[in-house]
Amino acid sequence: MPYVAIIESGGSNFMSIQVALTRLGIASNITSDVECIQQASHVILPGVGMAQYAMQQLCEKNLVDIIKNLRQPVLGICLGLQLLCRYSEEGNVAMLNIIPLDVKKIKNASIVPHMGWNNMETLQQDPLLSGINAADDFYFVHSFAADTNADYTLGTCQYGNPFSAILRKDNFYGVQFHPEKSGKVGATLLKNFITISGDRL
Amino acid sequence: MLKQRIIPCLDVLDDKVVKGVAFKQHEIVGDIVTLAQKYCDEGADELVFYDITASSEQRVVKSTWVKKISDCIDIPFCVAGGIKSIDDAEKILAQGADKISINSPAIENPQLITELAQRFGQQCVVVGVDSFEQAGEYFVYQYTGDAAKTRPAGIKTFAWIEEVIARGAGEIVVNCMNQDGVRRGYDVRQLAPIAEQASIPIIASGGAGTYEHFKQVFEETKVSGALAASVFHKNLLNLPQLKQYLAEQSIKVRPC
Repeated sequence: MPYVAIIESGGSNFMSIQVALTRLGIASNITSDVECIQQASHVILPGVGMAQYAMQQLCEKNLVDIIKNLRQPVLGICLGLQLLCRYSEEGNVAMLNIIPLDVKKIKNASIVPHMGWNNMETLQQDPLLSGINAADDFYFVHSFAADTNADYTLGTCQYGNPFSAILRKDNFYGVQFHPEKSGKVGATLLKNFITISGDRL
Repeated sequence: MLKQRIIPCLDVLDDKVVKGVAFKQHEIVGDIVTLAQKYCDEGADELVFYDITASSEQRVVKSTWVKKISDCIDIPFCVAGGIKSIDDAEKILAQGADKISINSPAIENPQLITELAQRFGQQCVVVGVDSFEQAGEYFVYQYTGDAAKTRPAGIKTFAWIEEVIARGAGEIVVNCMNQDGVRRGYDVRQLAPIAEQASIPIIASGGAGTYEHFKQVFEETKVSGALAASVFHKNLLNLPQLKQYLAEQSIKVRPC
């Protein structure tokens, strides 16, 4: 049975992620306990708020190396995606550096934050994206975004410049949108994530 | 491409959804969770819950119904009413709300906008502005949840919006009070210059009565979303039909 550890990283959307998983019948725990995180079949790294504050939380809880060494499927959501990257312009802070991309302020858009429902310009095939099309809308709310990169970007979204809406490196996934707030299509993505087993990655 | 948002607003009074006309004479229109679920299923892009008397009664939103909403809906929602501090906001966000909206307390203490944005991120912080037109000028009003306590805040709408943006708000809901509840259309004359200048999303509020009113506000202004209450509560407009109509009019909306 899948069991999800939702890492308590100082943001405030844990509850929303947990209830979304509960609606899908998936057990989860909001935790910063090392053992609990390591033993979970799947790990979600959420995050709402400032990059600097979230990284500080992970450092204070001694979770930086723990997260980097996880072998099971990991999904970073929103700021969670950004935490997986190398560096963020938001507060000029070094991130976990699991995916070697930089997070920058959204440019060439007259309105920031990028807030609302948007679809993908390009979408690669991946078990995470089974049954999901580029035309499907997800709920975004962010002012910073990760660069695109041919090696790691599974989904590109356009707002101002194109950015990475979905990233993957090995067992680490990141989504800039909020699947837990993206209606049916968001539920499909979460279900897909839970059906990915660590052995297949 | 980013879609235009359709946002049903649920005015909450004593755990029930109510609707008043021009912010007076509240009548009960239904149960909070039932209505929230209905709008979610029908394709609402986001929901706003206003505890309309929280501010004028000097209390914060009861967070128990926030959790109930969070349990049953899978789209974003914003909660407003009497939030005066970081602690107030934290309680509501911890119960699953995506954003908090402040109005009268922001006027009394503009620094609150900055503090909330720094603590929770800009995207969590919505500022509601109740704007009333007098002789061609727009003025901010406060305590609009209670007709007896409603009063001018002593500031002009455009200047206040500039300050709200400078202080780090993530979104502004501009409620055009002259139009509110009367269903004669959004106040595009007021909203167009505001949305043209704003560097953050502006949400239109007040006046929706027909499908064409939504088309008009999206075509004639740069607002990011349109909020409406009574037309949905009273089944005068149907959400799936509204979205279908807007899509046919080449306005980018999320399909239901």
